[in-house]
Amino acid sequence: MVKTESRRPGRRSISSSPAGAVTGRLRRRRPPSSSPRPPGLTARQRAAIWVRRHRLAPYLLLIPATAVIAWLILWPAAQIGLFSFQDYGLMQIIGAQPTQWIGLGNYSQILHDPEFWLSLRITVLFSLVVVPLTLTVGTLVGLLLSRLGRKMATFVSTSALLAWGTPAVSASVIFAWLTDPDGGIVDWSLSKLPSWLGGGPHWAEFSWQNSALPAYTVLTALLVWMGFPFIAVTVLAGLRTIPAELHEAARIDGAGPWRSFWTITFPLLRPVFMVLLMLSIIWDFGVFTQAFVITAAPGNRDEFNLGLYEYFKAFTQPPAYGMASAIAFILTLILLIITVGYVRASVKQGEVR
Amino acid sequence: MTTAPAPLAARRARRPGTAGKRARRALLNLAGLLVALVTLFPVLWMISTAFKPPTELFSLTPHPIPLHPTLDNFRHVIDGTGVTDSSNNPIPYWTFLRNSLFVTIVAVAVSSLLALLAAIALARFKFRFRTTYLIMLLIVQMLPQQALVIALYIDFRSLNLLDSLTGLIAVYTAFALPVTIWMLRSFAASVPKELEEAAAIDGAGAWTVFWRILFPLVTPGLVATSVFAFIFAYNEFVFALTFLGVDTPRFTLPLFVQFFQGHSTSGTDWGAIMAASTLFTIPVLAFFLIIQRRLASGLVAGAVKG
Repeated sequence: MVKTESRRPGRRSISSSPAGAVTGRLRRRRPPSSSPRPPGLTARQRAAIWVRRHRLAPYLLLIPATAVIAWLILWPAAQIGLFSFQDYGLMQIIGAQPTQWIGLGNYSQILHDPEFWLSLRITVLFSLVVVPLTLTVGTLVGLLLSRLGRKMATFVSTSALLAWGTPAVSASVIFAWLTDPDGGIVDWSLSKLPSWLGGGPHWAEFSWQNSALPAYTVLTALLVWMGFPFIAVTVLAGLRTIPAELHEAARIDGAGPWRSFWTITFPLLRPVFMVLLMLSIIWDFGVFTQAFVITAAPGNRDEFNLGLYEYFKAFTQPPAYGMASAIAFILTLILLIITVGYVRASVKQGEVR
Repeated sequence: MTTAPAPLAARRARRPGTAGKRARRALLNLAGLLVALVTLFPVLWMISTAFKPPTELFSLTPHPIPLHPTLDNFRHVIDGTGVTDSSNNPIPYWTFLRNSLFVTIVAVAVSSLLALLAAIALARFKFRFRTTYLIMLLIVQMLPQQALVIALYIDFRSLNLLDSLTGLIAVYTAFALPVTIWMLRSFAASVPKELEEAAAIDGAGAWTVFWRILFPLVTPGLVATSVFAFIFAYNEFVFALTFLGVDTPRFTLPLFVQFFQGHSTSGTDWGAIMAASTLFTIPVLAFFLIIQRRLASGLVAGAVKG
């Protein structure tokens, strides 16, 4: 009781609690006879007392990190919003002309740009395919891992970890090589497949990068490959929290694996799945590096997703920072809406404590 | 059990369920093997390609293991005949490795320090806006980098931080912070408060309590989180691409690997790209294998961007 009282920083312990007598004495500037310190307080001591009295310690500790985040993340995010209402291009960035507020000009220009709608459609369709696919594959591997023997499980999860750990640029370059029309193993395998499996010599030298559908097929494979390990490991961790008796009871009652998943596993892990779903949507909707390497190297405008469309608006000549900011703002808003869902799911799961 | 005499084994097999169970086990193992092979294949193919001579790259029957393994691709990459500076001198691989390591190590050190302070505040004190701050961290983590890069590019241009590694360090520090704080917070919260209280009763000041008690106990957590920050900064592509432009001598490794692909002079030299990508990737994967155990728990503890 006294113990906790004595070390709790704050006004109460200094002014009223008997255990805070030392600091209390210092504050009241008792004569030096009762303390070895010289009369008066050094600036440092005075500051320390001031911090304690106003319970400032947590705020002081947060200042450096918050300042960096505010400067390099929050302020740029606000700036995107500001720029999106301005005419901001080459003339403005070199300082030849002042920036001008043009109201919703950028937005109306974008909304009338067919490229915007194409890239939005590509982004949405892509997410609609990749998110369920990654979640399904990841969950299946997680379930598989929970049933395997220890050695096999370690082997599988280690290889999954390696896929997860492969840097985005490396993974993209590898998939570009796998699907290269000249020496790629994918085209070679497809051309050797019997025709009833969809293979055939027409696959030889098939170019995966020249139009949107093949390019995004490669991107889908890439993102599922990179994304499923995280899902699998998380689902596996979730599965371990479910008492084995539940599944056993279901089996004795005659439930098959399908039924037992949907009546036991899924409802119990629903919060985990919600978080995974939100995260997957956010990542796949905003995928950039992989899309850049797989599709944008040849620079086909009809293969842009929202992120690439925005990026190339800003960073190809002539730069249109204002318009790009408007697209970036729209992209950010969409992601924020999904993030709200993610935050709510996290709060429900008790992560924000 | 496996060496049971034949009649017993036969009797066992006849017992309902046992044979089915064994078949099920075999099927599961087969599925596991298949998953592992499909998962490992791209990485293995990268390594195998890196050792192949040009004639084997485009051969009519690709072999999983190079028939005539060669180190030429690696030599090519390390000597730097692929990427040149503005006066056409080749840049060796070591330059990019040094750039990457410099940026990453400084960013990780700074962000770990700042995150540690913030994590202590969030784990040890109750104050107003604490929940708000945590939610802010979650949201900030999700802001798309390709959106923020526009504003950062404009800001850094006026601050003269483009074409410099300092700018990258600043950005990597900032973007590593939310996740690092988030994860460190749970590590700091798991240190029993009683230890600090006991030290305080023994007369230790706030600084001593932090330095002698809290810090040593949080160190494992600090190591785990700095690994995440390290991997983020080492792999980062968008900011490096935008800030460094064509300033090849300042390139970091991801840019180097991608540049190789996008700007090869005579067709795409896949052997060299795979060698570059192998040199870039293997350290990360080795890292992953070493910290595997901690990683799994960390993955679940905090959502980490992949």
